[in-house]
Amino acid sequence: MSRAGIESGWGGLKTPSVGLLQRKGVLGFVFTLPADIILLLLLAYPFVLGIWLSFTNTIIGRSGSFVGFSNYIELFHSDVFWLTAFNTVFYTCVAVFFKLMLGLGLAIVLNQDFKGKGLVRAIVLLPWIVPTALSAIAFWWIFDSNFSCINWFLLRIGLLKTPIDFLGNTINARLTVILVNIWRGIPFFTIGLMAGLQTINQSLYEAADIDGATPWVKFKSITLPLIMPLLAVITTFSIIWTFADFQLIWVMTRGGPDNATHIFGTLSFQRAIAGGHLGEGAAISAFIFPVLFISVLITSKYLKRET
Amino acid sequence: MEEKDKKQGKGFTRRDFIKKSAVGLAGAGLATLSMDSLFQWNPALAANIAPPKFKLEKNPVINVLRWSGFVKSDEQVWNANTRKWEKETGGKVVTEYLSWEDVRSKAAMEASVGAGHDIVLGWYDDPHLYPDKLLDVSDVAVYLGKKYGGWYPVCEVYGKLYGTNKWIALPIGSAGICINYRVSWVKEVGYEKLPSDINGFIQCCKKLKAKGHPTGFALGHAVGDGNTWTHWWLWSFGGKAVEKDGKTIAINSKETIQALDAARELYETMIQGVASWLDPHNNKAFLSGQISVTSNGNSIFYASRNKFPDINKDLMTMNFPVGPVGHPAELSMISQAFIFRHSSVPNAAKHYLTYMFEKAQYGKWESETWGYITQTLQDYYNLPAWKKDPRITPYRECVKRMLWNGYAGPLGPASAAAMSEYVVVDMFADVCVGGKSPKAAAAAAEKKLKKFYR
Repeated sequence: MSRAGIESGWGGLKTPSVGLLQRKGVLGFVFTLPADIILLLLLAYPFVLGIWLSFTNTIIGRSGSFVGFSNYIELFHSDVFWLTAFNTVFYTCVAVFFKLMLGLGLAIVLNQDFKGKGLVRAIVLLPWIVPTALSAIAFWWIFDSNFSCINWFLLRIGLLKTPIDFLGNTINARLTVILVNIWRGIPFFTIGLMAGLQTINQSLYEAADIDGATPWVKFKSITLPLIMPLLAVITTFSIIWTFADFQLIWVMTRGGPDNATHIFGTLSFQRAIAGGHLGEGAAISAFIFPVLFISVLITSKYLKRET
Repeated sequence: MEEKDKKQGKGFTRRDFIKKSAVGLAGAGLATLSMDSLFQWNPALAANIAPPKFKLEKNPVINVLRWSGFVKSDEQVWNANTRKWEKETGGKVVTEYLSWEDVRSKAAMEASVGAGHDIVLGWYDDPHLYPDKLLDVSDVAVYLGKKYGGWYPVCEVYGKLYGTNKWIALPIGSAGICINYRVSWVKEVGYEKLPSDINGFIQCCKKLKAKGHPTGFALGHAVGDGNTWTHWWLWSFGGKAVEKDGKTIAINSKETIQALDAARELYETMIQGVASWLDPHNNKAFLSGQISVTSNGNSIFYASRNKFPDINKDLMTMNFPVGPVGHPAELSMISQAFIFRHSSVPNAAKHYLTYMFEKAQYGKWESETWGYITQTLQDYYNLPAWKKDPRITPYRECVKRMLWNGYAGPLGPASAAAMSEYVVVDMFADVCVGGKSPKAAAAAAEKKLKKFYR
């Protein structure tokens, strides 16, 4: 085929489709289509289905009918639901606060130059790498009511007279699962914030040193403002993951004792899958959504303001 | 054994219990029972009963979903029996083993979408969650019942569609639960064996605790161990979740209060931490010598045979003590085999299940698992397996002595939800660990149950 022929061939195609593809909006749409389809099928569809189920009385294996807000009203009258709501908020607030504080502190320490820095950084990442179910089983043993190595050690050295009931007492159980969540979540903050710290121009610190700024002033006036956008994003992600946690609590306590460690994810699973009441289970999990939506909204507004 | 029961248990024998239960069930309209089929079984006649004829599909492949074995030999024998069936019929069976707690959700999903395995070995109320998705297995159930001395009354409740004579599932066996205790410690406090009545049992447990040998019963969200012992305790005092109509909540009663008061006494004899116990905890605590008494399947016996010989020598088992209600009222985990209507090999599936229930296969299964699976057909009560060791013999009584989940109401979504939400377990935990008054705990449980039984 001659060059002219090729050109005329392309020319023939150009009018209807190539021209259309050259439009910015259309091309963008075509390129993102595969990702959109995946998101629609794997995220949007289950999400919409979940919301729909929450308005039905569907029981596993049977089709349900539309019941309006009945599931939600039922939940508002349920003591277990309110206890779960309290647990979820308490679990999230305390765990995220400590993860943020400790993660930030660790990031600042690890950002310094010292011997074996690479090895320490790798070790810090370990809790994040180990599958949650696996680490939860390990902690289940560590805090076991009868075989806890912590109890064994403290009893041995005479610091305790009777073992601590880590998971059998309602308050202890709440604190224990929070502790494990903190242990698991710190590396996410540390690694994320370390990346942010490394982008800060060292000349700012040098200038501050010349001005005689103390470490606290340098942190407050240089470090914190510059990593704040990153901190906001990381904290939002952490809130989302902690609020919607499941594995850790399911492995360690199944929501017990006496529902003291149930959070929305575990109660929803228990009611929908183990108990078969899909509609109510979906309604419980739907309560996760507004909280997460608000936290994302606040973060994005903050980020917009910053930029 | 019956004479022994008479001496121990206020003149109430197992046969009395079966008769009373059968009458009660029939009266409640929960199962239509033929007393003749239960008690006039003749082995000579049984041998002549012809099995139902199932024309196998061409080159059938049966997909089976079942729970992973609690004891090692379970899966080995089950698989060996399956290979035998394949050899005899030319069919093929693909078995998927899943953790027992996960079978329910997977089976339910398959019921919803109408695809997946052909046969499922599920638990408790599973078949009653989606009865319209299941194949009628009455032909197999009637044949097996006639041939092997009849099903135990409670199995008819579990296997038949509520209010009908249609079998939707075949109760294949129960992971029976018995009391496990340390003989030497019980002797140390002046008893020859643990008392078989609840009051005597509590007194003995108090003495054991005083001697530094606490008891241990799961009060955490232990699906198996937590639910079984608390239901036994509740029913033994005459308490129950719901009335026969499946609508009237009956838990807030004086019998329940009495049960909770007594449970508080028992709790004082327990080791610290039982509120956090999940299913494996009591096994570990018993095998490590931390507790003197617990309730469990025969896995403690099974594990101690090889790994803990000292514990094994000192281990004894017995059925749950009888409470003020005057007759055994226990809950053991029961597994049911059912066939989905979406199966493309229904005849082969029925044939396979019938084969697995036949004495040549079932007897071997019982024997090699050392009684982990309690029989659901009455003839298997006399299998030699039960005499292999006196510690496994009590397990053959479990199905005879048990009631069904959600007693006295029907099996279904409400009973399944109440169990999975640990309503009864948490009620006991509320009183024993949470410090609630029995009245307040019963009222809280009533509120929870009302939600499910609407």
